Amino acid sequence: MKEFNIIVTGVGGQGAMTLGMIIAEAALKQGYDVRTTEVHGLAQRGGSIPLHIRFGEKMYTPLILEGEANLIIALEPLEALRTTYFGSKKHKTIFLIDKYKLPPITVSVLGEGYPRIENIVNHIKPFADRIIIINASEIVIKETGNDITSNVFMLGYAIGNKLIPLKEKIVLETIKEIVPKKYLEVNKKIFELGMKHK
Amino acid sequence: MHKVFYKQGKKVLLLGNEAIVRGALEAGVGFASTYPGTPSSEIGITFAEIAKDAGIYFEYSANEKVAFEAAVGAALSGVRSICFFKHFGLNVACESVFPSAYTGVKAGMVIVVADDPSCHSSGQSEEDTRPFARVAHLPMLEPSNAQECIDFVKIAFRLSERFKIPVFIRMTTRVDHMRSVVKLGKIVKGKTRGKFIKDIVYKNFPPYIMDTHEELHKKLDKLKEVSEKSNMNFFVNKNIKNKLGIIVTGVSFDYVMDAMDDLKIKLPVLKIGFTYPLPDKLIKNFIKRFKKILVVEELEPIVENHVKILAKQVNPKLKVLGKGYFPNAGEYNEAIVINVLSKVTRRKYEVDLIAHKKKYLKIKEPKRLPIMCPGCPHRSTFYAAKLATKGMDVVYGGDVGCYILGLFKPLETQDWMFSMGASEGVAHGIRKVSDQKVIAFLGDSTFFHAGMPGMVNIVYNKSNPLIIVMDNRITAMTGHEPNPGTGITAMGDPAKEIQIDAIAKAMGVEDVRVIDPNNVNLMIKTIRELLEKDKVSVIVAKRECQLLAMRKKRKQGIKVAKFQIDTKICKKCGTCLRQLACPAIKEEHGIFKIDKNICTGCAVCAQICPNKAIHAVK
Repeated sequence: MKEFNIIVTGVGGQGAMTLGMIIAEAALKQGYDVRTTEVHGLAQRGGSIPLHIRFGEKMYTPLILEGEANLIIALEPLEALRTTYFGSKKHKTIFLIDKYKLPPITVSVLGEGYPRIENIVNHIKPFADRIIIINASEIVIKETGNDITSNVFMLGYAIGNKLIPLKEKIVLETIKEIVPKKYLEVNKKIFELGMKHK
Repeated sequence: MHKVFYKQGKKVLLLGNEAIVRGALEAGVGFASTYPGTPSSEIGITFAEIAKDAGIYFEYSANEKVAFEAAVGAALSGVRSICFFKHFGLNVACESVFPSAYTGVKAGMVIVVADDPSCHSSGQSEEDTRPFARVAHLPMLEPSNAQECIDFVKIAFRLSERFKIPVFIRMTTRVDHMRSVVKLGKIVKGKTRGKFIKDIVYKNFPPYIMDTHEELHKKLDKLKEVSEKSNMNFFVNKNIKNKLGIIVTGVSFDYVMDAMDDLKIKLPVLKIGFTYPLPDKLIKNFIKRFKKILVVEELEPIVENHVKILAKQVNPKLKVLGKGYFPNAGEYNEAIVINVLSKVTRRKYEVDLIAHKKKYLKIKEPKRLPIMCPGCPHRSTFYAAKLATKGMDVVYGGDVGCYILGLFKPLETQDWMFSMGASEGVAHGIRKVSDQKVIAFLGDSTFFHAGMPGMVNIVYNKSNPLIIVMDNRITAMTGHEPNPGTGITAMGDPAKEIQIDAIAKAMGVEDVRVIDPNNVNLMIKTIRELLEKDKVSVIVAKRECQLLAMRKKRKQGIKVAKFQIDTKICKKCGTCLRQLACPAIKEEHGIFKIDKNICTGCAVCAQICPNKAIHAVK
C-alpha cells in the first residue's frame, strides 16, 4: 500500500489526539512508515483539533493534501464540515461522523445557527464516497455515564467495518500500551462495542 | 519508561520536540533550561518528565533571558547545555545571546528556537528568527523531521564544542509538532559538574572586544567551510536534466518531495539544513546550470536574496523565483507548492485545488473560538471587571497567557497584545496622556517573567492604572509548567513560593489586595474602589487554574458539588450563558441547563443569577 491518509478531528477534550495516536502507533507496529501532525496549544481550551495521520510505504509531508484523505473520523458534526475539502470522490473518501453536537460559543452565546445534520451531509456529499453517521457518544453515555470513550467506540467501528487497513489485534495491543491501566477495561469494552455496531 | 529512553537501534514514532530531547541525550547534555512557549513547550515538558531519571539538570527559568544565561553559565563551566524557547523568547534572550558569540563557550551549547508560521499558537507577530543568526554571528541548523532533529542536535553540540560557540537549531511549528519515525542512537551520560575557569575573553570589554569580533568572523569563515561539506545539505535528483532547479529549507522539503510525486515530475533539488553560514560554493555550483531556480522557504526571503547575490557571480541571467510566487505570510503546505510548481513548469495537477476549495467554501460554518475552560478563575475576574466598569470609559490592558481569550465576546477585556508584561508598560503610557481609567491584566508567570519592571516604573514614574495580577498558580496555557509562585521546581522538588503581593508592596505599591476572584461581589466592589485612587493599586486575583485543581481533586478522590438550574425559578434571562460564556452552560429549546459532566462547581453562575435559580446539587 503506497499510502493511507486519515484525518481525526474533534473538539479539544474529546480525545481526538489519543485516537490518532493509537492509529499512528498501530500503523508503525504493522510495519508502515508513519507521519502525523496536529496543532495544539489553544486546542485544549475547546478549539477545533484536526489531526492528520499518513501511513504507507513512504511519504514526506504529514499534512494531507486537499482531496486526498481516505478516511475522515469526526467526533463532532461541525468539525466534520470543517474538514470537508480534504475529501473527494476521486479518493473515495469515507466520512465517519459522531452525531453528537457540541455547539461552539459562536452558536450558544453569540446566536449563530448550528447547521442541520441534513445540510452538513448534503454539503459533504460531493466530497465523499460514503458518509456514515453514528450515535457513538449517545451509546457510550448510555453504557458508561459519560462520553469520554466515544473516541474508542469510533475506532472500534472503523476497524470492525474495515475502514482502516490495520489489524484488530495490533490495534488492541496499541490501546493497551496507550490507555492508562485504570481505564483499560472500559476502553476495551467500548472498542468491542464499536466493532460490533452496525 | 518514556519513549526518549528506548534503546539504541529501536524505531519509534517521535514528536519533533521529543526528538530534540533524545538528540540532546545522545549528545551527552548535562543541563537544560527554558521558559515555556508553544510550539517549543513539549521539549520542556519532556525534559521535566525525564531529567531525574536521566541524571541531568532541568529548570523552568523566570524568563528566556535567564534561561539562556543559565545555560551559558553551565557551558562556560564545562557542562554541555541546551536552552530552548519560542521565537518571541529569543527576542527576550537576545541581549545576552549577542555577547555569547564573542565570549564563546567551553562545553557544547545549543539554542533551540521555535518559529510559528501561521501563528497557530502565537498572537504577537509572525516572526522569522533566521536573521538573528546573522546579526548574532551564530551558526544555525534547520531540521525538517524528527530524525533530523536528533541528528542535527548531535551535530550542533559537536560544532559548538569544536568552534567554541553556541549553535542555533531553528524549528517551525510543523517540525515541532510532526511525529515521524526515527532510529535511535546511543545515549551518552553527560557531565553535570564542572568548574568555571577565568578567561579574559569572557570579560567582553574594549579593547579586547574588537579582537574577539575579528576572531568571530574567522570562526564563521571556518564554519562556512564546514557547511560546504556538511551532509545536512544534500541533493535529490541531482543529475536530472532540467532548466529548473529547486533550493529548499526546513519542512518545505517535504512539500516539494510530495508535490513532485503528485505532479509526476522530477526536478533537481538542493535541500539546505546548514542554513547559516550558507554553503556558497555548493549553491553556486548548483545554480550554474539552470535557467530558473525556485527557492522554497517559509516567511522571509532570506535564502532567496542570498541566492540572487550568488547568481550575479556565476549565472547573471538566472531567474531566481520565490516570494511573489509564494505568499509572504503563513506556513506553506503541499497545495501551495503544487500551485507554484504548476505555474512555473506549466504542468497541470489532475485536480484543480483552487476550485475544489471554492466548492467547499459555499457553506459558512460557525467558528469554534478557543474559550476559557469551565470554572476558569480568569472568567470571573473579567466578568467582575466588566460589571464594575459598566458605563465607564475604561481601557483594558492585555498580556500573554490564557487570559488573552478575554479578547473575545462576551468578555472583551483585552484591548491589546504586545508582549510579556506589556499590559503594564502600555497602560502607564496611556494613563500619562489620557484621562481614561486603565486596568492592566497580567498572569502570575508573566509577572515574574517581565511584569516586575513595568510595575516599578508605574510606581516610580507615578501613574495609576489598576493592576490585576491573575494568579492561577501555574503557567497554564503552554502545558501547566510551574513558575516561581507555584512552589515546585521543574524536576518536582519543593521550592520557595514567591509571593506576588509581597513583591508589589516591596516595590512601593501601597494598596495591594489579595482576593479570590470567584468571590464576585468582593471583586466588583474592590475594582470600583481602587479605580478611583490617585496612586497605583494592585489586586492579586488568586485562585488555582481550575484544570489543575480538578486534577488534584480527582487524584485525592474529592468530589465537587455540581450546579444545576432550577427550571421552575429560572426566568430565562440568559445572564449566566451570555455574560459568562461558560462552556458548561447550554440553552436547549429555550431551557437553560448546566452540563454536569463538565461543571467544576465554581459557583460563579450561582452568584450572578439575578433570580437565584442556580443551586448546588445535593
